[in-house]
Amino acid sequence: MRKQTPSQTVGPFYAIGMTRTPMNVLATDSTEGQRIRIEGQVFDGAGVPIPDVLVEIWQANTYGRYNHSDDKQEKPLDANFTGWGRSGTDEKCFYSFETIKPGPVPGNDQTVQAPHVNFVVFARGMLVHAYTRMYFADETANESDPVLNSIKNKIRRQTLIAAPGMESGNTVYRFDIRLQGEDETVFFDV
Amino acid sequence: MDIKPYNPRDWKSHPPYTFKDYGSSVKRGPLKKLVPLRQTLSEITGPLFDDIKLEPGENDLTRDAQTGKEAMGERIIVVGCVLDEDERPVPNTLVEIWQANAAGRYNHPIDQHNAPLDPNFIGAGRCVTNEKGEYRYLTIRPGAYPWLNHANAWRPAHIHLSLFGPSFATRLVTQFFFPGDPLIPLDPILNSVPGKSARGRLMASYAHDVTEPEFALGYRFDIVLRGRKSTPFEAPR
Repeated sequence: MRKQTPSQTVGPFYAIGMTRTPMNVLATDSTEGQRIRIEGQVFDGAGVPIPDVLVEIWQANTYGRYNHSDDKQEKPLDANFTGWGRSGTDEKCFYSFETIKPGPVPGNDQTVQAPHVNFVVFARGMLVHAYTRMYFADETANESDPVLNSIKNKIRRQTLIAAPGMESGNTVYRFDIRLQGEDETVFFDV
Repeated sequence: MDIKPYNPRDWKSHPPYTFKDYGSSVKRGPLKKLVPLRQTLSEITGPLFDDIKLEPGENDLTRDAQTGKEAMGERIIVVGCVLDEDERPVPNTLVEIWQANAAGRYNHPIDQHNAPLDPNFIGAGRCVTNEKGEYRYLTIRPGAYPWLNHANAWRPAHIHLSLFGPSFATRLVTQFFFPGDPLIPLDPILNSVPGKSARGRLMASYAHDVTEPEFALGYRFDIVLRGRKSTPFEAPR
């Protein structure tokens, strides 16, 4: 039995190794599903948006299937969608992804999970990455989502729900992440 | 669907989210208790990069890939194995690295340390582990550099690594250090790791069997990702 290698921060210079090539466009013209943009800022405990933050996402395709050998569902795969993306921030400290809205995926014990995007957050000053999820405000399935419902404090559940908006004809979900404070985002012990 | 979960993160091995001596963690580490999440399909899957196409030389940081011109500094060979907690190799997984140059300067506009940039050194590389979980880089030994965390603060020489493993749950970003570096005991980022033995797991070891005569010294750094229970999780009835 070996012990886990300890986590360390990405530091302030992760862009050299991690974002030299943009990796935040998940959807091409041929990807199936509803095009969406996800964007937001990550705030520190003083309420200041963080410039040196790195956000990665992982999501199912429009049918609710992950592009991974352990997803044995009979739903179709989309050859034009991997489901993974990575974003640093722009000059206004916004991360962003061009993607599609995922379909619902199975949960444990015969439940169904509402459509969601899995997030991991890294930053200078974060010694360990933090896991969270983004849900869609316009989804009635959120009511019965087993993971949302596992968050006992109903007010805190709202930190995971992104509202849609329109921007030059495109659907944009704004998902801000707060690392600390009264409205600290829910992070999971995955 | 049967969900075979990954072992939990071992919090005796990982730093806490906030560590007073590392100033920038104080306002950036989550403070509320993490919400437990029983792993689902969303956590046991993750990007596999099986169709990734690496250019030749992406694991050689010692020369500019376009011009072939050599970077300054001491060449080193870094090898290691990516394993899980049961010592099973993790094959075909992406290992990304980035680092300062020999003078202790990053090729990044934010780095204003008064040390020379090296036009032939970008300081980033990528490789994929082989069937035995092994990776190999040829690079330049990075220099120490000052930072503003406390008076006369210097980071010991280190190389950053980013790994994925087989799932979203196995994601890891870490860094390794070089044996005998006098700055090691003074580094709050390393000292955030609880326990001497866990900190020791961030030390590369000198590997004479990897050293190539008349060419470069060898170092070995193995990485252990979260393992996986061998039987599916059984739901309580």
